[in-house]
Amino acid sequence: MTMEKKVNIMVVDDEEIVRTSLTGWLEEDGYHVEAVESGRKALERLPERDWDLMLVDLKMPGMDGIQLMDEVHKTAPELLVIIMTAYATVDTAVKAMKKGAYDYFVKPFNPDDISLTIRKIVDHHKLVQENLFLRKELKKQYKLRDMISKNEKMLEIFDLARTVAKSSSTVLIQGESGTGKELLARAIHDESPRMDAPFISVSCASLTESLLESELFGHEKGAFTGATALNRGKLELAQDGTLFLDEIGDISLKLQMDLLRVLEQKEFRRVGGSELIPINSRILAATNRDLAAAIAEERFRADLYYRLNVISIHIPPLRERREDIPLLVDHFIEKFNIEMGKEIRGISEGAVRILMGNDWPGNARELRNVIERAVVVAKGNIVTESDITLPSTTSDANHRTKSLEEIEMAHIRVVLNDNQWNIVRSAQALGIDRVTLYNKIKKFGLKKEGAPPKR
Amino acid sequence: MATVRTMPPIPVPPESFEARRNQYYSTRILKEMLGEVPQDALKLLGVTDKDLCIPILTYVFGEAQVGGTAAVVSLARLRQEHYGLTPDRPLLLERLRKECLHELGHTFGLVHCPSMDCVMHVSNTVVDVDTRGRDFCWGCQTVVASNTETERRG
Repeated sequence: MTMEKKVNIMVVDDEEIVRTSLTGWLEEDGYHVEAVESGRKALERLPERDWDLMLVDLKMPGMDGIQLMDEVHKTAPELLVIIMTAYATVDTAVKAMKKGAYDYFVKPFNPDDISLTIRKIVDHHKLVQENLFLRKELKKQYKLRDMISKNEKMLEIFDLARTVAKSSSTVLIQGESGTGKELLARAIHDESPRMDAPFISVSCASLTESLLESELFGHEKGAFTGATALNRGKLELAQDGTLFLDEIGDISLKLQMDLLRVLEQKEFRRVGGSELIPINSRILAATNRDLAAAIAEERFRADLYYRLNVISIHIPPLRERREDIPLLVDHFIEKFNIEMGKEIRGISEGAVRILMGNDWPGNARELRNVIERAVVVAKGNIVTESDITLPSTTSDANHRTKSLEEIEMAHIRVVLNDNQWNIVRSAQALGIDRVTLYNKIKKFGLKKEGAPPKR
Repeated sequence: MATVRTMPPIPVPPESFEARRNQYYSTRILKEMLGEVPQDALKLLGVTDKDLCIPILTYVFGEAQVGGTAAVVSLARLRQEHYGLTPDRPLLLERLRKECLHELGHTFGLVHCPSMDCVMHVSNTVVDVDTRGRDFCWGCQTVVASNTETERRG
């Protein structure tokens, strides 16, 4: 005895004996069955219930079975129709199936055939419903593809990502390193209509200007020494798909200019080429730098910034959503269990406390690495405190081997970076006056990271 | 406890015969049986050697009124001989027992049960009859018990 929703079946046949015997037999199977004698009556009953299946006689006076099926499918295209006939002709069977019948039975039926067919339909139907339900559950819960969170801000980001995925707008994803900018970009691609086209990722910081240029735009054969063959760039490879430009804040002013042109004109040339190639890829960009500050210092073009920043998503660092740490820990343990064939069942309370107490400057990526190591070294099937090794932070790394002066220099650098090189605020934080700080900067030769050489 | 009484045989009504198919229309037999139900009987179960069918199906092992009074079971397709095999009386009786319980179950308001171990599991072939369980599952038993109680009081 199951408590599922009853399956609703409508039988349409002009012969009374067929209606009663089929109804009785199907009712033994626990279905809700209603039988009517004509196509017209069937259409009248159609809106009364959420029908799952219609068994329709082919030859009926007035509207025949195929005409009825056509009418039904106009308003209920999903409704499955089985055509019944006393006359077995291949022609009508083929016609019925072509018109969209689910199956075709010759009267009288073999009870096993019809029973199996209906069961198959019902099982399939149940799976579809269940799938829809689970999809909805999954969506409203805490997952977006490979990302997981129960933090309010993150859930808003997931929602926004799903919405923007439907469009082709450029999205600028900001956040500290390790927060999952590329995962989010991938999720946007996977949720978008472009999901079947390629997702191409370029890390802009890891390449020199000329290498990045040919990486992005490709080059013609002979464009420069070593260009022995035509090479298609990432822009071309991402055709119809998504191009993800990671660490966009690190690209040179010249490349910024080139990229701006691509975004505006939707076309580009390969290096050393003259042909204009149209592009239809969506651009997503990410950075862990403060682009607004970079614009103020003329290291980043404002016009490119506005082009990229049509939609802006800022992923909060892990220390601002500590409630996600246990969730991520479970997620990573499960992942590494599969990858390494381990059977870790959980993590001790003490170990969780250590993880919750850490600030995670490297964010979820750093947490993942710590868990990966823990899963490797864990002796039993529980990760314990002794399996956890937190990476040492820059401020206290190997301090025993460093001189006092070196530590002073490192600390001043950290404070300056934390305060975006605002001298007044940094001096306050260090508890010294402005002039002293200036002198220290000069003495240690400190420079703002990524700053252009002084002209 | 229910008591079981065997009645004298009733002839199969001639109008239930489907000459074209050489089978008997079970719903018509049920109708005939309803006129023969003794006053003190809760249910009436018929057993026949005739091959049964309903107009829309090539054959049935039996038929019952769901939540009604009468049920009928045919021996024809439960016999090994029907499939060209040597007769097996114990197997025939086991199948008959299961089919009788199954059809009676319908008269107690039961529909087919998803559990393979339950005698109310659907069976369209003798293989189905042989593989499913020989008694009601816990859930179906509860339904039979509570429906019997109401019917007796009613």
